[in-house]
Amino acid sequence: MELLLIFFGAAVANNFILARFLGICPFLGVSKEVPTAFSMGMAVTFVMTTSAIVAWFVQGFVLEPLGLEFLQTMSFILIISSFVQLTEMAVRKISEPLYKALGIFLPLITTNCAILGLALLIPERGYNLIESVIFGFGAGAGFTLAIVLMAGMRENLKFADVPQPFQGAPMTMIIAGLLALAFMGFGGIVAM
Amino acid sequence: MDIDVELIKNSIIGMGILGGIFATGLTIASVKLAVEIDPRVEDIDEVLPGANCGACGQAGCGSFAEAVVAGNAEVTACPVGGSEVAEKIGEIMGIDSGEALIPDIARVMCKGGKIETYRRSSYDGIESCKAATVAADGDKSCAYGCLGFGDCVNVCNFDAIEINENGLPVVNDENCTACNTCIDECPRDMLSLVPENKLVYIRCNSTQKGKTVKDVCTVGCIGCGVCAKKCPTGAISIENNLAIMDYEECVNCGVCAEVCPRDPFKVLGTEDVDIEALRAERKDDAEDEGAGGLVITEECVACDNCIEECPVDAISDEEEPYVIDQDECVECENCIEECPTEAIVWADEAEEEVAEAEEEAAAVEEDDEDEEATGGLVITEECVACDNCIEECPVEAISDEEEPYVIDQDECVECENCIEECPTEAIVWADEKEA
Repeated sequence: MELLLIFFGAAVANNFILARFLGICPFLGVSKEVPTAFSMGMAVTFVMTTSAIVAWFVQGFVLEPLGLEFLQTMSFILIISSFVQLTEMAVRKISEPLYKALGIFLPLITTNCAILGLALLIPERGYNLIESVIFGFGAGAGFTLAIVLMAGMRENLKFADVPQPFQGAPMTMIIAGLLALAFMGFGGIVAM
Repeated sequence: MDIDVELIKNSIIGMGILGGIFATGLTIASVKLAVEIDPRVEDIDEVLPGANCGACGQAGCGSFAEAVVAGNAEVTACPVGGSEVAEKIGEIMGIDSGEALIPDIARVMCKGGKIETYRRSSYDGIESCKAATVAADGDKSCAYGCLGFGDCVNVCNFDAIEINENGLPVVNDENCTACNTCIDECPRDMLSLVPENKLVYIRCNSTQKGKTVKDVCTVGCIGCGVCAKKCPTGAISIENNLAIMDYEECVNCGVCAEVCPRDPFKVLGTEDVDIEALRAERKDDAEDEGAGGLVITEECVACDNCIEECPVDAISDEEEPYVIDQDECVECENCIEECPTEAIVWADEAEEEVAEAEEEAAAVEEDDEDEEATGGLVITEECVACDNCIEECPVEAISDEEEPYVIDQDECVECENCIEECPTEAIVWADEKEA
């Protein structure tokens, strides 16, 4: 039950994009079409889950024993960027089509603040290993959900008669805001 | 202040080891997970700008490099890198990019700067073409001309446009990536894309009549169509009083710019065409040819067709036949086509025609004599004695003393006025009556 709460808390109630406003860049940049948005979501989910694991190990076995908690940010950036590199190489070796489908989004994850935010939240909340994995996976699922919803709306908006001053970025901002408002409704389901 | 040496030591060692582990891991992974990549992909990736801007239509520079190697993208498709990068990619791919590469450049379709036009009002508002357009359509004399506040300059991401001293935008070919941003921005559609290898283009957008253009601008296109007539490949057409260039047909010969009586043409690779010199040259040529300009002969019926058609208002209706002002005339020959009586001819032809006309006149007189043998006009039994013909006859040749009325053949001048007036068609030529 506790794990389920963590999962839904990360995925819906405290959605990384729509409640914490982390990872807005790919959310706005890669949400033009549903398939690419979904690929991006999958890549982020994978990296989030794996970096949650590694971050937990590094926090527990390196930083804390040595009293180096203040180096969290730096070491987590190191972890994430190395991990994205590794993921990229692995994906390419294992499945060339998947690598092609993800394209530029895979390396772009390196600079995704949602992942760093996740890694920093884990020690702050004192999650154990299982909880960390669930938290990371939930956050990734929430990211995917948000970006796919956004892409779906933007696809439909292509056929809408948007007033000229609102076309493009302004309209994207408005629907992102509406989406965020809608997600606030989940706040009552899961306690912060 | 105490310095915790232990902490510093731990930090350095800890982070060093952590970094070392990841570096080793990645190194091993890169060897173990190495994928055979076409070396050309990496070579191309290196010469690309690396901005991952996506302007080529691919997700990023890496994808573009792969697409080029896979044959899914042109070597010239990178708009940011331009010809330089395309050349390098072409080298890597073993393709001569020279032929495939004709990038577009944004060109300003107005040549009427501060010198060529005037300000019809004083505009002190926001320094923006869009704002000026809203405020009574700007302060420029020409309603189609460039306003010169530089909206295009501000919107250009590549610093490719600047406003020159004459208040006109100048596009830097090297920086322009044909991204269309300025074209979308300009409220007067002053810019359009022209293939880089096309050296001649028409720098005017005005669809106003020739006289109006002449009033507001000293170089604008008046739509006379000389260029369209002289163009050896038929690349130029006139639409709405404006010369339009079909760049696919243009062969850069520059004939249009030479023959143009105005100066809207921009011929690249040269200074702005010295139109006065070219015009003088053309006059000399014309004199050599002995053409001597266009003149209006006695055939003129004062119908005003030519005056309406003349793009430069060179024809005056003060005397008959009308007179063409040779200084104004641009020899576009538009009037020749419009003249219903073919009264407008080249001066040297006119001399021949005078001779011809005399011969013709003599011939006509002979014909007239022949016609007299037809027995003149007579009135048949159809006459109803309405007196219409009598009123109409200019020489009072018709007598009402008998019915049908009789035409005095000695008086009659055969003007045929009476024929038209007769309600019963009783007046005919004598030979027709016999027939």
